[in-house]
Amino acid sequence: MTSLTTAGSPTLEPRRGLGRSLQRLTYSDAFWAGLFLIPTAIGLIVFMLGPILAAFGISLVKWNIVDAPQWKGLGNYQTLLHDRLFWKSVWNTARYMALAIPLEMALSLALATALNQGLRLQSFFRTLYFTPGVCSVVAMALVWRQIFDFKMGMLNGFLKLFDVAPVPWLMTTATAMPAVVLMSVWQGVGYPTILWLAALQAVPQVYYDAAVVDGAGRWAKFRYVTWPLITPTAFFMLVLDIIASFQVFQQTFVLTGGGPRQSTYTLVLYIYEKAFRNFLWGEASATAYVLFAIMLGLTYVQFRMQRRWVHYEIA
Amino acid sequence: MGATSLTKRARRPRRPAGWFIRRVAAYAVVIFGAAFMLVPFLYMISTSLKTSIEAVKYPPTWIPRPILWRNYVDIWSALPLAQVSFNSAKISILATLGVVFSCSLAAFAFSQLHFRGRDLLFMVVLATLMVPAQVTLIPTFLLFRELGWVNTHAPLIVPAWFGGAFGIFLIRQFFLTVPQELADAAKVDGCNPFRIYWQIFVPLAKPVLATLAIFTFFNSWNDLLGPLIYLRDLKLMTFPVALTSLSGRYAVNLPLLMATSVVSIVPTLVLFLAVQKYFVQGIVLSGIKA
Repeated sequence: MTSLTTAGSPTLEPRRGLGRSLQRLTYSDAFWAGLFLIPTAIGLIVFMLGPILAAFGISLVKWNIVDAPQWKGLGNYQTLLHDRLFWKSVWNTARYMALAIPLEMALSLALATALNQGLRLQSFFRTLYFTPGVCSVVAMALVWRQIFDFKMGMLNGFLKLFDVAPVPWLMTTATAMPAVVLMSVWQGVGYPTILWLAALQAVPQVYYDAAVVDGAGRWAKFRYVTWPLITPTAFFMLVLDIIASFQVFQQTFVLTGGGPRQSTYTLVLYIYEKAFRNFLWGEASATAYVLFAIMLGLTYVQFRMQRRWVHYEIA
Repeated sequence: MGATSLTKRARRPRRPAGWFIRRVAAYAVVIFGAAFMLVPFLYMISTSLKTSIEAVKYPPTWIPRPILWRNYVDIWSALPLAQVSFNSAKISILATLGVVFSCSLAAFAFSQLHFRGRDLLFMVVLATLMVPAQVTLIPTFLLFRELGWVNTHAPLIVPAWFGGAFGIFLIRQFFLTVPQELADAAKVDGCNPFRIYWQIFVPLAKPVLATLAIFTFFNSWNDLLGPLIYLRDLKLMTFPVALTSLSGRYAVNLPLLMATSVVSIVPTLVLFLAVQKYFVQGIVLSGIKA
């Protein structure tokens, strides 16, 4: 920028009445960057870094709405490790992941592959698949609660066509989580479908032609051409999906309230009830930190593992 | 697109039978997916037009008899729906404006201005993406409680005005693609950085700003946890939290609950359908560059 001011353009003559140093200051990038970043800097300190530190501090004390904070050291973390409900919610989160991620990935890949056959109305279907994703989870969970209803629910009505006996979906510990997963996949499948479709469309046709010359069948083409080239998309989705799985809250809050017998009780629900029902700020913060640690750990493992199966060498 | 038409041309004369079967299979998958997506919506609309007796009949009927359009009138008097709509709209719009404004400013600084520590600061901002919202939830709540902002809309709006890693990242990616010559030419003409931002970069970035705005609007409109924590009075509530608190009470009157649900998703649906092109682009953009 300073080089521009000496370029000799008439508009850049020093303005009269302004001190040179002031002018240099108002021309400097650092000055403007300071102004532009005021909101972000405040946000970063007040709503991010500050709370992150504060949460760690709070996780070390016993604190509720009535009494003053009391030092506990790692006591809250110990309490957590001995809490059956905490482990239950970790386990439920793992169950949710094990069911939802493969199902959502497979379904979205199937839909994207089908759409990629050059079908008519491709963008119409793509839009339709995404539509549930923009709707309020609460509103749609209220609908699904009816669909899953034992006596008058549509799902059991549909299954009856295949002579399947009615299933009390939201009322047994074995079926409640699959029901939650089904609804989540219904809402979440559009996003990966769009990503898969974009990835599939980016695979150069010459690769397929070469594979055909080499005698590849349909499966071989998918396995050795398509799949390696879409692994970066798969990896991205896996990372996002695992993070999102830890955040599951609204569906279980409305569909099951965490039940029956806490079989759909998730970590976020655990934190929410600890903090805002029981007002145990310390234990809730400790849980949030454990959640944070698990997420970081899993993401780290994924980045370490990606070398084994993700191919980035797309031209 | 070009690639698929190439396949068609190459395949069609050689294996018409295989091509036909594949086509049918593809349509079967796509239509099955469409039905799966649509049925809950149809059920919701159908139930919202039933009498409360017909709503719990088994097997469920698809076309209500009689069609009770009146349900959509009744809900406005059965609960403070106008107030709830206003609250949802107010919070979502103000939060969206805040995110777009503060994120685009920061993105401009991170992509166009040169200053010491820029990349480090940007890395710090990006790193916050890794922090789950639950970690900051409690200290933030305690802060707003100190400020006396609990049971007001402020905690749901104010943080949006102070940036956000996702938005900054998304807009910065776009700003980096703007040719350097544009900004240089403006500098030569004596524009200060704010004018360059406001008169060149913001107009150019309209699609990506729209994408971010839509994402933010949907998140804010559909958020449950925030309103659940901060709002106590029904008068202040947004749709999701009003729906959860009413769902217990209105379990008896299913059609009214469904009608309210329909009303709550109509604004997001209309907005989505109006701007879905941007939206899809934005998803691909945010997904590819990660």
